[in-house]
Amino acid sequence: MDQLPITFKHWLVEFAPAEYQPLVSAIISTAAIIGVFASLFALTTVLERKGLGRIQNRYGPNRVGPFGFFQPIADGVKALIKEDIVPRAADNLVHFMAPLVLVAPVFLALAVIPMGRNLVALDMGGGVLFFFAVGAATELSVFMAGWSSRNKYSLLGAMRAIAQMISYEVPLIISSVSVIMIAGSLSTVRIVEAQAGYDGGLPHWFVLTPWGLAGFFLFMIAAAAESNRSPFDLPEGESEIIAGYYIEYSGFKFALFFLGEYIGMFAVSGMAITLFLGGWHAPFEFLTWVPSYIWFFGKLLTLIAVFIWVRGTLPRLRMDQLMNFAWKFMLPMALINLLTAGIWHLLGPGFSRWLICSILVLGPYWILGRALFQAKNVGKRIYQYAE
Amino acid sequence: MLGEGIIKGMVETARNFAGSFVDEDRLTTVQYPEERLPQKEAARNFPFLVYDGKDPEAGLRCVACQICEKECPPQCIYITKSKDRKPDHAGKPQFFPAVFDIDVSVCMSCQICVEVCPFDAIKMDTEFELSTDDRFGDLLQHKEDLARPNTYFQKLHPTDAAESDARLAAERAKAEAKQKADAEAKAKAAAVPKPSPAQVSNVVPALAK
Repeated sequence: MDQLPITFKHWLVEFAPAEYQPLVSAIISTAAIIGVFASLFALTTVLERKGLGRIQNRYGPNRVGPFGFFQPIADGVKALIKEDIVPRAADNLVHFMAPLVLVAPVFLALAVIPMGRNLVALDMGGGVLFFFAVGAATELSVFMAGWSSRNKYSLLGAMRAIAQMISYEVPLIISSVSVIMIAGSLSTVRIVEAQAGYDGGLPHWFVLTPWGLAGFFLFMIAAAAESNRSPFDLPEGESEIIAGYYIEYSGFKFALFFLGEYIGMFAVSGMAITLFLGGWHAPFEFLTWVPSYIWFFGKLLTLIAVFIWVRGTLPRLRMDQLMNFAWKFMLPMALINLLTAGIWHLLGPGFSRWLICSILVLGPYWILGRALFQAKNVGKRIYQYAE
Repeated sequence: MLGEGIIKGMVETARNFAGSFVDEDRLTTVQYPEERLPQKEAARNFPFLVYDGKDPEAGLRCVACQICEKECPPQCIYITKSKDRKPDHAGKPQFFPAVFDIDVSVCMSCQICVEVCPFDAIKMDTEFELSTDDRFGDLLQHKEDLARPNTYFQKLHPTDAAESDARLAAERAKAEAKQKADAEAKAKAAAVPKPSPAQVSNVVPALAK
């Protein structure tokens, strides 16, 4: 049961002639990734809208199909039959390429994420490096979209997006470096293997260490910013710059942007699972009989639910708050966390490393939180002329 | 400590999320085509013409005085006065509208036609699902489409209907009393011996007073 997808793929590949087998194998893996994650995207859009509705005490979509679960089909049909409008002053080629440049890399990024035991499309030595290198290409597409539309709003959105993505890429990568250091490998499969085993009923996941917990939170915050999710959705900012960089996109190109954004969120959540949440490993030893891919997708859906929950809770940040948070809080915390991970490794097993590393994580958090975000009491504002 | 407010907010939204499944009162949405809220008595949307009795043609209260047509701010009423007369509810011969059209797409539901009507002939309906796929034919409602029995009005706006019914009944009673008085006066006049033709020219103006 656990190896069902792999045996099925091998059975399919057997039909091809020997010299074409690697190619067929790659095509099957690609098709599986695109199929599974595109349907997950469809499911997520409807669950997100329903979840946000419930958070706001509404029903959410409930008209199309049972409980509104065919809503994505209706949305897809609508996007397909809509007129594709390209502004007259737009740079046609770049305008056309931008959504493709967004969608292709995020699917590529999914290739290195192990979704089950032996269930990885591309077991690469530098998997994590590949992931971040490919993930950085989305910035290019965002700027292509913003620039080629020849629209002030889209350019503003693209500029915000570039500033935000580059700022948050730094803590994102530094917080994952600590995992790479401890696991001693850039390969995603090795990193998941390093988190195997159980100790006193608890799994050896990196999130269950002080540096891992801090790293996980830093990673998730940076991931939300990277995938332009609320509260970091300034590049889109519906209420300020309408839709930001994709204001001039309509019909299926818009749907592709939407798809790319969600697939990007899945990819970065999958990376968080791989790095901190033990990949496809079961949380308890007695649950290891459950197929590994079920654990992976269960964790993925949980992280997506958290993203939706956060989106339903927090208001959008201001640009200066966003930048301050990235450079004054996230970056120092990530660097200190890197140091903590090293200390954790050097101290060796024992109680002392728990204590020291906890202090090293909580101390800077408390100090930075006090210094940067304490509400300044400026007193009652006095109006000279207004009253 | 940093993050306290975020946790507080997350708890609040989680409570809303879970509560919306448990507590029906949280979901204030009325799922319109299937569910409807009962309408307020003072609700109004589009005017209709009231008729007494069973026959919409004979019982129509409208006397084609055209006040509403003149007062209507967006000018959505079109009336053509009849050539002949027919008796109204009090038995007095009156004109009636040969054509009475109201354009749904122009009407702004202001109720001024109702306010100015001295005959309680036009009232506001609460019907609001007036959309149609024929924007030229169906949006222009004619006399036959607009006529509603008084019983409908009584059901729709009981307070207003009681008031207007009382007023009309009083009018009718007054008209009857006057008729009776007229009949008596006529009888008395008949009892008096007929004056000579020379006297008639003097008496008639006095009677008319």
